[in-house]
Amino acid sequence: MPLLDHLWIIPSLPLLGAALNGLFGARWPKRWVDVVGVGTTGLAFAATLELIREFAHLRADQVPWSKSYLTWIGAGNFRAGFDLQVDQLTIVMLLVVTGVGWLIHIYSTGYMAHEGGYYRFFAEMNLFTFFMLTLVMAANFVLLFVGWEGVGLCSYLLIGFFFLRKSAADAGKKAFIVTRIGDFGFTLGILLIFWVFGSVDYATVFNRAAGMPVENAGQPGVLTSISLLLLAGAIGKSAQLPLYVWLPDAMEGPTPVSALIHAATMVTAGVYMVARAHILYSHAPIAMTTVAVIGGLTALYAATIGLVQTDIKRVLAYSTVSQIGYMFLACGVGAFSAGIFHLMTHAFFKALLFLAAGSVIHAMGGEQDMRRMGGLRKQIPWTYWTMLLATLSISGAPLFAGFFSKDKILFETAVSLYGGRVLWAIALVAALLTAFYMFRLIFLTFHGAPRYDAHATHVHESPKNMLAPLVVLAVLSVVGGWVAAPALSGGADYFEIYLAPVFAKSSALLATAGGETESRTLELQLMGVAVGLATLGFLVAWWFYIRRPQTPEWLAETFHAPYKLLLNKYYVDELYNLAIIRPIGWISTRLLWQVVDEGAIDGSVNGVAHTARRLGSRLRVLASGNTRSYAAWVLVGAVLLLGLLLWPLLGMVR
Amino acid sequence: MDFFHNHILSVVLFTPLVGSLLALFIPRENENAHRVLGNVFGILGFLVSLPLIWWFNPSTKGFQLIENLDWIPSIGARYTLGIDGISFLLVMLTTLLGAISILSSWSAIQARVKEYYLLFLLLQTGMLGVFMSLDFFLFYVFWEVMLVPMYFLIGVWGSERRLYAAIKFFLYTLAGSVVMLLGILAVYFNYSKLTGGTYTFDIPTLLASVSQSSDAFRTWLFWGFFFAFAIKVPMFPFHTWLPDAHTEAPTAGSVILAGVLLKMGTYGFIRFSLPLMPQGVVARQRIVGVMVALSIISIIYGALVCMMQKDMKKLIAYSSVSHLGFCTLGLFALTPMGLSGSVIQQINHGISTGALFLIVGVLYERRHTRLISEFGGLSTPMPSFAAVYMIITLSSLGMPLLNGFIGEFTILRGVFEVNKTWAAWGVIGIILGAAYLLWLYQRVMFGPVTNPANEHLPDLNLREQATLVPLVLLALWIGVYPKPLFRYLDVPVRQIVERVNPGYYPAERATAPLESAPAGAPGAAPAAVLELDKHPTDSHPSPSPAEKE
Repeated sequence: MPLLDHLWIIPSLPLLGAALNGLFGARWPKRWVDVVGVGTTGLAFAATLELIREFAHLRADQVPWSKSYLTWIGAGNFRAGFDLQVDQLTIVMLLVVTGVGWLIHIYSTGYMAHEGGYYRFFAEMNLFTFFMLTLVMAANFVLLFVGWEGVGLCSYLLIGFFFLRKSAADAGKKAFIVTRIGDFGFTLGILLIFWVFGSVDYATVFNRAAGMPVENAGQPGVLTSISLLLLAGAIGKSAQLPLYVWLPDAMEGPTPVSALIHAATMVTAGVYMVARAHILYSHAPIAMTTVAVIGGLTALYAATIGLVQTDIKRVLAYSTVSQIGYMFLACGVGAFSAGIFHLMTHAFFKALLFLAAGSVIHAMGGEQDMRRMGGLRKQIPWTYWTMLLATLSISGAPLFAGFFSKDKILFETAVSLYGGRVLWAIALVAALLTAFYMFRLIFLTFHGAPRYDAHATHVHESPKNMLAPLVVLAVLSVVGGWVAAPALSGGADYFEIYLAPVFAKSSALLATAGGETESRTLELQLMGVAVGLATLGFLVAWWFYIRRPQTPEWLAETFHAPYKLLLNKYYVDELYNLAIIRPIGWISTRLLWQVVDEGAIDGSVNGVAHTARRLGSRLRVLASGNTRSYAAWVLVGAVLLLGLLLWPLLGMVR
Repeated sequence: MDFFHNHILSVVLFTPLVGSLLALFIPRENENAHRVLGNVFGILGFLVSLPLIWWFNPSTKGFQLIENLDWIPSIGARYTLGIDGISFLLVMLTTLLGAISILSSWSAIQARVKEYYLLFLLLQTGMLGVFMSLDFFLFYVFWEVMLVPMYFLIGVWGSERRLYAAIKFFLYTLAGSVVMLLGILAVYFNYSKLTGGTYTFDIPTLLASVSQSSDAFRTWLFWGFFFAFAIKVPMFPFHTWLPDAHTEAPTAGSVILAGVLLKMGTYGFIRFSLPLMPQGVVARQRIVGVMVALSIISIIYGALVCMMQKDMKKLIAYSSVSHLGFCTLGLFALTPMGLSGSVIQQINHGISTGALFLIVGVLYERRHTRLISEFGGLSTPMPSFAAVYMIITLSSLGMPLLNGFIGEFTILRGVFEVNKTWAAWGVIGIILGAAYLLWLYQRVMFGPVTNPANEHLPDLNLREQATLVPLVLLALWIGVYPKPLFRYLDVPVRQIVERVNPGYYPAERATAPLESAPAGAPGAAPAAVLELDKHPTDSHPSPSPAEKE
């Protein structure tokens, strides 16, 4: 069992790639950078496959399989080590991170071929992969936090990859700081975990938490506090309300970055974390409800903004925020495996959507505004067809990957104790909007008449190293959900069964807490409603953008105020700027620095300093490099002051 | 060899002074000879301190490598040197940063070269003496000795407003140290009163003698020492000398000022103020309350003021106020984690902020300005500089796997078990830290090169790399494997906590898993849960578990 005994190999591979490219890449030819960057990720994927094979032979009581390496921070009774662990949840995440990650690395060799800092790009992408693998393989909360902050750092660096653009550098900084605001809660959550459980190791924490009573709504306790604090971190990292504002701006980064970090992996880390700590959440109903409500609202909210955006990547960014909302919704209603299922299928189709969008941008010579596209279907057929498949998948077209995962979430929301009709309805409306904005994107980009200058823009299909990942991801976007297909005809949902051991304790708890009625007829009925609404979304998009292309303009003029509100993203950025950033600037400059520091404190010392300055200029004459006479002055002064101050002291001692 | 072994501390202490004296005999015209001499003794000072790593035993209690000689018998002053784990780390930091900052001065200092190196080496001896002295009289001498060269370093080799800054620095520090002298004398006379006429300046003896005194006397003593150390750290509201001194000092001066000098304040708090704390819970609580409040204000205040600075050096100077606030916060949590985190953070601050000042120095030597607005887009002409600066920025803002995180996290751990709100304020400071450091980096390094003067700036030269790379490697090493550092702190920290927070250890055994037991020891679980039931809310007003009863 070579890999089970040496779990460290998997994250180390991309770390090695990052180190090699980072240190020597500048002097290497592109070819070598490719080999190292893509090769190490590919090897990590291969290692993951081997790990899965070995993992299958483990007995149920050997899972989670964990390995302790070096003690990292060990002081007093506190220990946090470089400990890795593998269970079914980790396996799913590993497959997504290394598999999709590898495809995106391959794609990047084509997409980034003409950019400066090629080696830097691959070094940072590999470093990201390393941290993401650390995040999903960590066996304690502190190591999880290492991965968590590490992916945030790489996200910062890669968003700002085109650092010559101020907007890119700004976006990177915004991403880092907004997610750090969430980490405020995350850090306190970890500290509270240690305070409560005396350990930060998953095994200890989760075992003890499982033995604690459920903290019902009337009596929130420590588990509720921990869950909510951790959730703050997840909200920041996974771009949920109200901390989602960094993700749309993060589209300033190169498109493969958007695909890997801001669609497939990092932004879903929050979902992974909630699923990983499911036992804490299932003991804290208030936290569960919070997760579900935030997820549901975000799914709807972001979808509404996505309706009117014109930048192809921004539409996808809001779509990502919205889809992650679904995953949170799933976790919040206790359907953890459904959340992870959607995480996986989303990784397939959203990565594909971004990569295809990148291919479009590549074809258009850098154009991202859909108003200046149109009719590209014929020129870039591979891009078109793959992107169409991904769109069908995200919209929930029957038998596509997204269909299975999204329907699972909708159904669980409808029947779960923590869900209910309202959340279900919200999620349904979001599904309708999703189908609409996605087909709007397809129609605006690929259909209709070209709206760009055909002479100035030489539209061309992307090279093979970019198309191959598109095709693979397209296949996955179609078949990726079939593991759950037998459930449709009354069979088993193999994805859920695979993850069942991970979530067993929570499932048991939730099953006893509320009478969940699994009814296949109900499931099929709900499914019908969802598919019907998605079809409606498609039809409306078709009507607006193919049949009657003047409709959107007419709507925008008729409903000017709501349209403006959506176009400006509900003015949230402006609100934050006005309510938070400006006051901080004002307080720092006007109040603290100029009034308190230079006015009050320095002012009161100023008298002394002023006298001293005159004294000093005289001193300079006296001293003029002569240390001895200067020392004499010090002595005289000290003795004088001493004499004055010693008086009361002597009285006290006596 | 035996002599070397027996007098290792004296050798480390006086090596720089020997260089300083030798410089007297070299004619001032021969500038390069002075540079070579300065560097030789800077590096030599570091090399002779290396054997300490082997000869100092981290698991032995109390002071080690002690040297004890008669000095001024009439007043009981002796020449006593000795180190424990805390001073060991600070001594190593001092010799390393000393060597690095002397190297960084090679081309930056062009005027009065002889005096510069002479004073710098003298400063080294002064600082090392402060960390090694076990005799109050000796300690005070070194404390004052170090003041003089620093005054001149700022006043002679500084920039435009150097004289103002130097005098401000001098007055502030002197005011503090005079009050401290009073405190020292009070302890001194108090001891002779207790023993009926025996006089000694021996620090352990004197501090032990205080334990028989009234809490009122101890409180008085605490505040006496407080001013000296609070000014040195500096804590709000005694910090305003720092931005001026840092901004005006030459690069190497700023590195030493931030890297080592400020630590003399926190070191003083650990060595003297903590043992002097009154024993009564109420009196102690009052002091802890004030100290923690000032620490938190320093953290937030420093960070906020950083945000809007236009001068790079001033920004980093204010960031020191914020970072040192963390150190004092950790100290006055009076928990082992808080204390060891605080010492580690002091070392980290020396590394990260020292490196940040070197980085500003690199730019200052090229452009002779420190204004942030003068720069922008430097990543393009200076890629290696960009990488080093990024790593240092990350280390300073507490990125895991770099040194800053270890210190901050350990401090927060130690503070959290006392009071959750305090820890929450600390975390806010960390967020603000990320904001001002990244914004600074962005304005200096990113974007297109807007100022034509920056277009062809040379990248780091070999000498600059030699100053920065060791610090980067240290930052990485401490970030990934901090265990050796903690090993030096376990024993002295335990001793201090046993003294100042006597209830801590028994309580810890009752409520938390055993120290050596691997995490997940089954026996510990019920205790932890039980403890929880008693405190269902998360407010924890008292500073130690022991005092809850």
